[in-house]
Amino acid sequence: MDANEPFLQMRGITKTFPGVRALSNVDFSVRRGEIHALMGENGAGKSTLIKILTGVYPRDAGRILLDGRPIRPRSVAEAEAFGISTVYQEVNLIPHLSVAENICLGRQPTRLGKINWKAVGARARQALARLEIAIDVSQELSSYSIAVQQMVAIARALDVSAGLLILDEPTSSLDETETAELFAVMRRLRDQGLGIIFITHFLDQVYEVADRITVLRNGERVGQFETARLPRIQLIAKMIGREPEALVAAAEPTAKIAPAEGTAFLEAQGLGRRGAVAPMDLAVGRGEVVGLAGLLGSGRTEVARLLFGIDRADSGEIRIEGRRTVLASPRRAIEKGLAFCSEDRKTEGLIPDLSVRENIILAMQASRGPLRRLSMGRQTEMADHYIRALDIKTPSPEQTAGNLSGGTQQKVLLARWLAMQPRLIILDEPTRGIDVGAKAEIEKLVARLAAEGMAILFISSELEEVVRNSRRVIVLRDRAKVAELAGSAIDEQAIMHAIARHETEKPSSGGPA
Amino acid sequence: MRIAIKQRHIPLAATALVLAIVYAAAAMKFPGFFSLRVLVDFFKDNAFVGVAAIGMTFVILSGGIDLSVGAVVGLTSILIATLVRDHSVHPLEAIALALLCGSALGAVMGCLIHFQKLPPFLVTLAGMFFARGLGFLVSGESIGIKHPFYARLMDVGLPLGGAATVPLTALVFLAVFAAGVYLAHFTKFGRTVYAIGGSEPSALLMGLAVGRTKILVYTLNGFCASLAGVVFSFYGQAGNPTWGIGIELDAIAAVVIGGTLLSGGVGYVAGTLMGVLILGVIQTAIAFQGNLNTWWTKIAVGVLLLVFILLQNVVSRVSVRPGGAKRRPAAAGKTPV
Amino acid sequence: MRPKNPHPAGRREHGAAARLFWPLAALALLLAFNFVFTEGFFRLEIRDGHLYGVLIDILNHGSRVMLLALGMTLVIATGGVDLSVGAVMAVAGAVAAVLATKTNLPFGAVLAAALGISVVAGMWNGLLVAGFRIQPIVATLVLMVAGRGIAQLITDGQIVTFTDPRLVFVGNGHLFGLPFTVTIVAAALAVTWALARRTAVGLFIECVGSNETASRYSGVNVRLVKFLVYAFAGFCAGVAGLMAASNIKCADSNHAGLYLELDAILAVVVGGTALTGGRFYLGGSIVGALLIQTLTTMMYMRDVSSDVAPVPKALVIIAVCLLQSPVFRGQVSGLVRRGVRRLRPAGGKAS
Repeated sequence: MDANEPFLQMRGITKTFPGVRALSNVDFSVRRGEIHALMGENGAGKSTLIKILTGVYPRDAGRILLDGRPIRPRSVAEAEAFGISTVYQEVNLIPHLSVAENICLGRQPTRLGKINWKAVGARARQALARLEIAIDVSQELSSYSIAVQQMVAIARALDVSAGLLILDEPTSSLDETETAELFAVMRRLRDQGLGIIFITHFLDQVYEVADRITVLRNGERVGQFETARLPRIQLIAKMIGREPEALVAAAEPTAKIAPAEGTAFLEAQGLGRRGAVAPMDLAVGRGEVVGLAGLLGSGRTEVARLLFGIDRADSGEIRIEGRRTVLASPRRAIEKGLAFCSEDRKTEGLIPDLSVRENIILAMQASRGPLRRLSMGRQTEMADHYIRALDIKTPSPEQTAGNLSGGTQQKVLLARWLAMQPRLIILDEPTRGIDVGAKAEIEKLVARLAAEGMAILFISSELEEVVRNSRRVIVLRDRAKVAELAGSAIDEQAIMHAIARHETEKPSSGGPA
Repeated sequence: MRIAIKQRHIPLAATALVLAIVYAAAAMKFPGFFSLRVLVDFFKDNAFVGVAAIGMTFVILSGGIDLSVGAVVGLTSILIATLVRDHSVHPLEAIALALLCGSALGAVMGCLIHFQKLPPFLVTLAGMFFARGLGFLVSGESIGIKHPFYARLMDVGLPLGGAATVPLTALVFLAVFAAGVYLAHFTKFGRTVYAIGGSEPSALLMGLAVGRTKILVYTLNGFCASLAGVVFSFYGQAGNPTWGIGIELDAIAAVVIGGTLLSGGVGYVAGTLMGVLILGVIQTAIAFQGNLNTWWTKIAVGVLLLVFILLQNVVSRVSVRPGGAKRRPAAAGKTPV
Repeated sequence: MRPKNPHPAGRREHGAAARLFWPLAALALLLAFNFVFTEGFFRLEIRDGHLYGVLIDILNHGSRVMLLALGMTLVIATGGVDLSVGAVMAVAGAVAAVLATKTNLPFGAVLAAALGISVVAGMWNGLLVAGFRIQPIVATLVLMVAGRGIAQLITDGQIVTFTDPRLVFVGNGHLFGLPFTVTIVAAALAVTWALARRTAVGLFIECVGSNETASRYSGVNVRLVKFLVYAFAGFCAGVAGLMAASNIKCADSNHAGLYLELDAILAVVVGGTALTGGRFYLGGSIVGALLIQTLTTMMYMRDVSSDVAPVPKALVIIAVCLLQSPVFRGQVSGLVRRGVRRLRPAGGKAS
């Protein structure tokens, strides 16, 4: 067997779901003894590719070769039989069972049908030893930190099958020390000949530990690179699909409004939360559009959650109109005039059983309390208004919201918050899933709202959108603020460079605590 | 790495403590309490609840619930009685048939719950209605079991030196207990039950035989419920379709007081045994007391349930993972309905 | 120029009408069956200015479950469940009976006390669920067990008979020719409807059940909503308990409301409200309760022992669950599609 022949080869993988082409002729290969990072922004197709590899989805076209042999895994168990195991972000183990049991669950050594617990413990210790870890395997899994739980998950994955290990966003919940330990383990395994697929969006980590990088974008493979030979700026460019050199000055921005004078409407100083974002400063003025830019996972939504009172901050304080405020809950935040149009509309935004009308008036009604019910006439009026204003494609306001398309749902959610006429609105990916024409409408709307005095925090992963609409841009990377750009200094180049800037200019606040 | 605290053992420790306190209090008040005979009587008098509770432990450990237990007790007893009296079937065969019936009902419910993804609460509720009504279809009134074999069974017992003999019913209880402990801690089936209750999605991802195990759990519980009915029929030397009303509640209470989380995944069969004993001690103590009426048992059980539920709540809140970088869905878990 | 209210105030109501169809159809089917096959089912006669007949009996006997179902609907709509309503019924009856016979309290005070205690019981459940975030099934189990004991404590284990004519009227009197219980149910339905639809409470309940997180982020006071529905369920249980005790002119703490919570849950589910919460249908729950009562009465009239009546109830539960289950519906529509395909003439679409 040719030592250079890749251990895993996926060729021409295509997968279509109703209405969307998830993967288009994607090639992907992993060598033995390699850590290979798989990267891509939202909708790039990473998770679909992995699910095809691990047997969760069948592929529409293409081949998978393992050690030169074609395979067609039809279930997770089959994939495991081939030697392909996955460790997920949520550590899919059983929290209240012991470490040893979690490692051996389903395959406990038995003697005449009776589980041999001593052998279970021994086997578990052996599996962990491979990672050079020694812990008390008789303790409950949940009594250990996430980092250790992940090690246990890895040990189990290897115990079940050992050829290819897929780590799906393993470092999201780890701090720096724990990440370093994980990387040490990964290197050890790699040196033992294991192939590791490392899915992550943390740039620094990729450069620290990955041998090669494959970038996906919109279901296609953008490229496969040797990490050592790929400058960061190039990587970022590949991921967002813009060439750094070929940047034309964006179309005349619609929202470069004259700077609003006076104190900011909302000021945050040293705002941070362990495991979410490092302490940072942030301010949004009345009539000002402040953009929050960064790659997926950089902490943008985490910041929004802190500002809206969904999560409690560990450090720092927030001032609204100069007065110190504690935003302990969304209700508090709404009382202060804040609004939050969430990016995760399914879990956090839309009420699927309710109609479009009811979704739109919900926040308004909630702020009025249960007794002062909005009359039906008023509700219909509001609903009709926003259906027209945002061009919400629905047969009627009584349509059940859960049946609408994603983009339409997004607009309904936006309408709900606009109806509150807040003083500050946080828009988290407001144009996701919305067609181009509608995007322009929404941007015009944002500009008009700002002109009328609303403070707007505009979060988006699309750089040109952020650039076009913001007067100031705060750039995040790896859960920390790395730069703040204002006025004419704002362009995509600058943002990308801010993200790419290396250790030598690490932000003063350090990584997430 | 933190030193691990066995937080999940706290409810079990609490149960043992409560049992000790309750028993000590009763023994101090009533000197007669502290005797081997009374102890044996506990096992004898609570055998049927105990057997049912052990089956229920597995169901609850898997994250489900079974409301049909009481109805199956009544159905089993009347089935045996009818077979013996009206069809001249030997009691042993009748017992075997009845056990088969109970297990079959459990299996059907398990299939509906797993394959059709129907909520266990409603399915077993239907099972309860069905079994109860079926019992009455078999016979509208109680039927005595007058068979020499049955009468002899009451004499079967294990002499324990001293003055006490452990009767058959208590032996059955102990046997079921032992089998329960073995199943739970030494078989893959048992460990899969714990895994399903702990996190069904994870169990699925780990490749465990979730479907088969779930169906088996309900089948096993059906078996235990009908065994409880058999034991009941030993006591009464009869079958009666009205028997067993409320046993499912007693079983659930014993399981919860025994430290098993109603959401599943955590608990011990030994805990259930202690829970049954606690219930038994309370009941006996109240009966001994004479001037306290039986409803105090219900109130006491309710209070105990509350205490344990609050305790479980606190414990499960505390053992949530530190860090919390991962966004957790804020809604509390849905009921195991 | 847009007309003022182009969309009729209810595709919502249309949706409700559609959801109501199946339980109504089932009820109609049942009634039709009885019309043909059961002697005297539809016979009505007037005596002393009051209407009597089997249909009236159904309304009368079913009134308790209907009342419980009203409160239970709101609880289930928030994604919860209340197992304690039967026990609370017993408590309410016990309080009323004891106060009426052992004290000189005016009727109004007796009523207030019984209902007050029921509301407190409901609030207790609400505290556990909304305040301590305990699972509803677990939280209400406590009161289900202890409540009956408390009721027995209040009546000292006896059956307490009372003769106060006003108390007796509640369960036995007649108004406008119909049993008073029917009036009570109608009033309760009206009150519940007003509470749910004329205020925003119904909207809040539906969103909490449909997506609790999104509701909270939109500023809905989720805890208060949950607390209130349990308190309301307690109130409904109190009224039902008074009706039950009044009907037999005594408080029987051992049997009052026994297992009625299960019938109430069944009525709600049959009526179209999903057990997981979200949209609720008060009318549907009433129809569901009527369906259950009709079944029971039908069996009784055909000399089927009332003890066997649970069997068809069981089949109804399973049938309803299956119909509501997406897995089952998927299987059935798959079967139907395959059957249709097979019926198509050859030369059509190859499968």
